[in-house]
Amino acid sequence: MSSTTHISSGQDRRPRGAPPLFRRRSAIPGFGLSLGLTVSLLSLIVLIPLSAVILKASGQSFSQFLEAGFSPRALGAYRLSFGAAFVAAAVNAVFGVLTAWALVRYEFPGKSIINGLVDLPFALPTAVAGIALAALYAPNGWVGQYLEPMGIEAAYTPLGVVIALTFIGLPFVVRTIEPVLRDLSADVEEAAASLGAGRLSIIGRVILPALGPAWLTGFALSFARGVGEYGSVIFIAGNMPFKSEIAPLLIVIQLEQFNYQAASTIAVVMLSASFAMLLVINAIQAWARKRSA
Amino acid sequence: MTISIRSVEKQFARYPALRGVSLEVQPGELLALLGPSGSGKTTLLRIIAGLEFPEAGQVAFDDQDVTFASAAARKVGFVFQQYALFRHMTVAKNIAFGLDVRKAKDRPARAEINRRVEELLGLVELGGLGGRYPAQLSGGQRQRVALARALAVSPQVLLLDEPFGALDATVRKSLRKELRRIHNATGVTTIFVTHDQEEALDLADRVAILNQGSIEQVGTPQEVYDQPASAFVCSFVGETNRFDGAVSGGRFVCGSVSLAVDCADGPKTAFVRPHDLVVAPDGFEAQIVRVTAQGPVIQIEAHTASDQPIEISLSRQEAGSIAVGQTLRLAARKIHLFDPVD
Repeated sequence: MSSTTHISSGQDRRPRGAPPLFRRRSAIPGFGLSLGLTVSLLSLIVLIPLSAVILKASGQSFSQFLEAGFSPRALGAYRLSFGAAFVAAAVNAVFGVLTAWALVRYEFPGKSIINGLVDLPFALPTAVAGIALAALYAPNGWVGQYLEPMGIEAAYTPLGVVIALTFIGLPFVVRTIEPVLRDLSADVEEAAASLGAGRLSIIGRVILPALGPAWLTGFALSFARGVGEYGSVIFIAGNMPFKSEIAPLLIVIQLEQFNYQAASTIAVVMLSASFAMLLVINAIQAWARKRSA
Repeated sequence: MTISIRSVEKQFARYPALRGVSLEVQPGELLALLGPSGSGKTTLLRIIAGLEFPEAGQVAFDDQDVTFASAAARKVGFVFQQYALFRHMTVAKNIAFGLDVRKAKDRPARAEINRRVEELLGLVELGGLGGRYPAQLSGGQRQRVALARALAVSPQVLLLDEPFGALDATVRKSLRKELRRIHNATGVTTIFVTHDQEEALDLADRVAILNQGSIEQVGTPQEVYDQPASAFVCSFVGETNRFDGAVSGGRFVCGSVSLAVDCADGPKTAFVRPHDLVVAPDGFEAQIVRVTAQGPVIQIEAHTASDQPIEISLSRQEAGSIAVGQTLRLAARKIHLFDPVD
């Protein structure tokens, strides 16, 4: 034992007692600072406003709550908001994949322009989009004049809402699918081909399933955006109660009538519904990720 | 199955990848395509697989022309360097893929597919892991899955592209033995690509050495090592000392190095393997700068009197009590002479 070297003859720097629950020594500095800032900011910007809404809505009896939050007019608005957002997200899920596919797989003239156009709904003020769409799809508009003889009314109907939400939601699907599609290495497809799979089998059994989690994320983002969209919709929707009135607009209408409690009640219902859906989608994603990441 | 490659040429954007390659692979053979990166070995493998198509020449399986047949039609198994497993499928589903995608009339019954998957899992020693996803496996295990998946369709040819390239040294060695065992068990004609000469010499029945899009030599590991057909093969396979000099009057001279040869006069490049250098009283002088013991052999780095670095391997017995600074007199047991190369 005489050859054993003593390295730490000085004071023992190890923390005494049990280590704290989640503060371990780490080589990456700034854990306390960054977590503190994050939590403060998140509280100020997200948590406190949301709890204020819930607080406001809770200052009434349960029957009042039901009356304000689940009136026939409110129910119609929810149905339109969630229904149109769902349809729009579904449309985007199909065309978003096609767009991402074209952008990743092929070289063609004007590719960079199309690539830029995809982001336009992100950047464009929604009111501008709303006015443009309303003008296009109005019965005397460029597109509307051809639709009307066919008996299709686009502007000022739920269909108009779907059109606006599709426009708004497209980049969410394209931009979530694109990197995953790009990362899908060519040799996976070559492996499938060498095992005897045809083009359709490769797309159906190899490529689309691999895109699954990203696809779901894009769909969820597009859907969530659609539920909350206001600016682009109100111009094209026509805003007729029970028919083409979206829930965010109903909140604004209640506010304008100084009916704060009803407004926050509708807000709470939408909040809960959106939260529940995101929870479900996140759970599906976590399950998918565990399988394939 | 016999694979015949006849004068195959392939270009990538004006840069020739293969220039007139011809090669015959015998049924049941395990052949290595060996070469440095950019030599065209992977391109040649992909042309055999039908993943790439040549500009000129012919590929024939048992005298049947398959030059432009699709990968699916050729019934080849292909194993990729990065495994290329389907991440969203379990190991069992991955292995069954080639059977699952068959048209209904050719597809074996479900129970038959399951039995085949179990059999292959056993063959690659992954029994019981069929329910895992590729993400839950180690690199070596993934490569075994890729191998089993390629074998599931009972291919006539098994092609492997740098199959052990992404694995660490110990896993690589054990998988190498594994591949030999599986090859012996299945008897399927196998071609693998590697840039690791030790791997090629250790595993293959025959080695084809490629350089700059041409085959330099095809032969058994011993042939390419002992009778290299070109200066490139000699220097690429195994360790060598290179001397650029000239032969005159039965002696090769390069600076202070002088070796007895049996060759016509003229400028030559000579290669001598480190273990072909022996201590001889009438040899050329070399001063030892470093001595390392590597198991049974003593590796010696030395400088000739004309200051060229050389390497010598001596057995412990031959080396005796050799030390740095000492001067040795050396002669060559065997010299490989080629026309001068640059």
